[in-house]
Amino acid sequence: MKLKLASLALGALMAAGPALADLVFPDLSYRTGAYAAGGIPFSDGYQDYFTLMNERDGGIGGVPAKVIECETGYNTEKGVECYEATKGEGALIYQPLSTGITYQLIPKVSADGIPLHTMGYGRTSAANGKVFEWVFNYPANYWDAASVAIKYLLDENGGDLSGKNITLLYHNSAYGKEPIRTLEDLSKKHGFTLNTIPVDHPGQEQKSQWLQIRRERPDYVIMWGWGVMNQVAIQEAANIRFPMENFIGNWWAGAEHDVIPAGMAANGYKSLNMNRIGELPVFDDIRKYVVDAGKAAGDGSNVGSVLYTRGMYAAMLAVEAAKTAQQIHGVGQIDASMMRDGMEALEMTAAKMEALGAPGIGPEFGVTCSDHGGSGMGIVQQWDAAAQKWTALTDFIAPDRDVTAPLVEEDSMAFAKENNISLRCE
Amino acid sequence: MFYREAGDFKTSYGEDSQTFPIKFDRVRYYTVLVVAFGIIPFVINDYWANAVFVPFLIYAIAAIGLNILTGYCGQVSLGTGGFMAVGAYACYKLMTAFPDVNIVFHVIGAGLITAGVGVLFGLPSLRIKGFYLAVATLAAQFFLVWLFNKVPWFYNYSASGQISAPERTILSIPVTGPNTDAWAKYMICLIFVVVLAWIARNLTRGTIGRSWMAIRDMDIAAEIIGVNPLKAKLTAFAVSSFFVGIAGALFFSVYLGAVEVGEAFGIQKSFLILFMVIIGGLGSIFGSLAGAAFLVLLPVLLKNVLVGALGWPTDLAAHLELMIVGALIIIFLIAEPHGLAQLWRVAKEKLRLWPFPH
Repeated sequence: MKLKLASLALGALMAAGPALADLVFPDLSYRTGAYAAGGIPFSDGYQDYFTLMNERDGGIGGVPAKVIECETGYNTEKGVECYEATKGEGALIYQPLSTGITYQLIPKVSADGIPLHTMGYGRTSAANGKVFEWVFNYPANYWDAASVAIKYLLDENGGDLSGKNITLLYHNSAYGKEPIRTLEDLSKKHGFTLNTIPVDHPGQEQKSQWLQIRRERPDYVIMWGWGVMNQVAIQEAANIRFPMENFIGNWWAGAEHDVIPAGMAANGYKSLNMNRIGELPVFDDIRKYVVDAGKAAGDGSNVGSVLYTRGMYAAMLAVEAAKTAQQIHGVGQIDASMMRDGMEALEMTAAKMEALGAPGIGPEFGVTCSDHGGSGMGIVQQWDAAAQKWTALTDFIAPDRDVTAPLVEEDSMAFAKENNISLRCE
Repeated sequence: MFYREAGDFKTSYGEDSQTFPIKFDRVRYYTVLVVAFGIIPFVINDYWANAVFVPFLIYAIAAIGLNILTGYCGQVSLGTGGFMAVGAYACYKLMTAFPDVNIVFHVIGAGLITAGVGVLFGLPSLRIKGFYLAVATLAAQFFLVWLFNKVPWFYNYSASGQISAPERTILSIPVTGPNTDAWAKYMICLIFVVVLAWIARNLTRGTIGRSWMAIRDMDIAAEIIGVNPLKAKLTAFAVSSFFVGIAGALFFSVYLGAVEVGEAFGIQKSFLILFMVIIGGLGSIFGSLAGAAFLVLLPVLLKNVLVGALGWPTDLAAHLELMIVGALIIIFLIAEPHGLAQLWRVAKEKLRLWPFPH
């Protein structure tokens, strides 16, 4: 009890005095735990882009951006703590980089009126803006990813997958279970056999799963992995001599740190990506204004890596949405509901991305009131172990919306019914 | 000086055997209740409710539950996380199946279902003891988590396997769902804690609690003097699981609102609650509360000091937090193996003699 009182006094001291002079972007990051390998570069990219805005452009529309970092450790309880700790500071947008935390936050942000952007993760059916007013998942979601992967395999097999065996190796959590429904529908449509093999958190032990794969000899393995699970899976695939070109990760299972531990054995491993890879002009600015000035969030070694690029892309979309909101409302100091208007009117065109120093970093897409999901396009990339880099194999592939759209509709309507939400945009 | 029995006369057996025989203790106890019920609900905000008080209260219920089993009855359990999951999923199924029934009954129902499951997994305790029983309950932990992941019926066939709590009200005040006010969340948890702690305290000093303690201290001797081990052990499992199940139900419905079984109720939750019980003090209701407070508040406090006040990088603070909490646990166990409750008892003994120790 005494401890409680002491912490009460101390905490009250901490909570005092939020300044409202900046545009606040909380960064719920994770730099510790089993998923830190992915969390660190993403968070570095996210923060560095805001620092670049402040250093090079003097803020967003003249108003400085402020990033509040809060460590979640990919843990939902800490995520809730971080959300409650930062929401009072004038937070404009939340990007938790965790599907578990996203599910926590969807009802909370809807009640508090703060936009939530889950880029390529989170609840897929949030793409339906008629139901999810405050949640966005552009430019792509899990069901798009599943569809893009199957489309790529269709292309490889001359448009016919009938009789093929495809195994989904997934993280046994909300994140990993998301694509199953889409893949089941796709297997009916294209006539392939789908097997699903779960890997429990954190995924450091996958001997039995890969033994099963070795026995069943599937034609392709698709992986929905994250954190340490990816490295282990690629190593195990190499151990059973599974042909790497038939092993495709989703876009959270395709970064440098996932493949480097397996060395040359990882050569040829493929993964999806929702953003372009390679050198971009904006990285030079980040090196000049942020890293060399000693203001980088990390040590600067991650600049240009896959997840750094994605974190930066996430920040870029947030900044563009904030700029759009400033234009719509004619004020510099926007609040969370104006930010939401900006996100809903966001247009990403090739010219805009070029002007930002990131030509072709993502697909062109526009967000509307009813569509919060973007175009859903993704590329397939392949790891070149000798050159230590990813190379893009395809251009942006469009998902099969004939399959995913009804699923989104069904799932979001179920959510609307459960929570008595009346539809918007009509 | 003021903290002693002298002058505090008892004229009935009831008074003589009350929980707080010393007047100062009684006053302190009622003061805490007045502060908890009369002041905190009016000043609490979202952060204090969601990050501090609600988790503390819910973990306190779980810790009392485990303390009944481990501290009073001497049966080591590593299945607390799994039993919390039973409570959470039972509560979810009841909430969605009977939306018109009051949430309080769902939470109690979830506790009863968990009690049943607890008895089932308590059956091996009649044959095996100590580490072997710990391993058997560990099996329960893994089996239950696997079950809730594997069988879609438990999560109503949702695409992601997540369960999320719909809005439910008491006297038309929402207590679950996103529109819940901080004070409502706090109050429902507080009422459950106070009632359950009161029940636990009175159970443990009555016949049934004495039979648990007899089994704990020496089961063969207890059996010879007429304590039925079947009844004692299974009631301990039932009551303990009832408490843990209620904690799980509140954890899911009031605190988090959406959970995923592997992440929220994994083996680390079992260990966390076991640590609370050990640090707080085995065989003490106050110890359960103190242990829960220690392990819930300390990380939040450290985070606020290191990141909020000193401005250190978040990853450094997170790693230091692990080291400090770990070091404190070890120091505590070496300096006072009987936990915070024993520290408190020693402090009270000293206070009684103060200022004239002999």
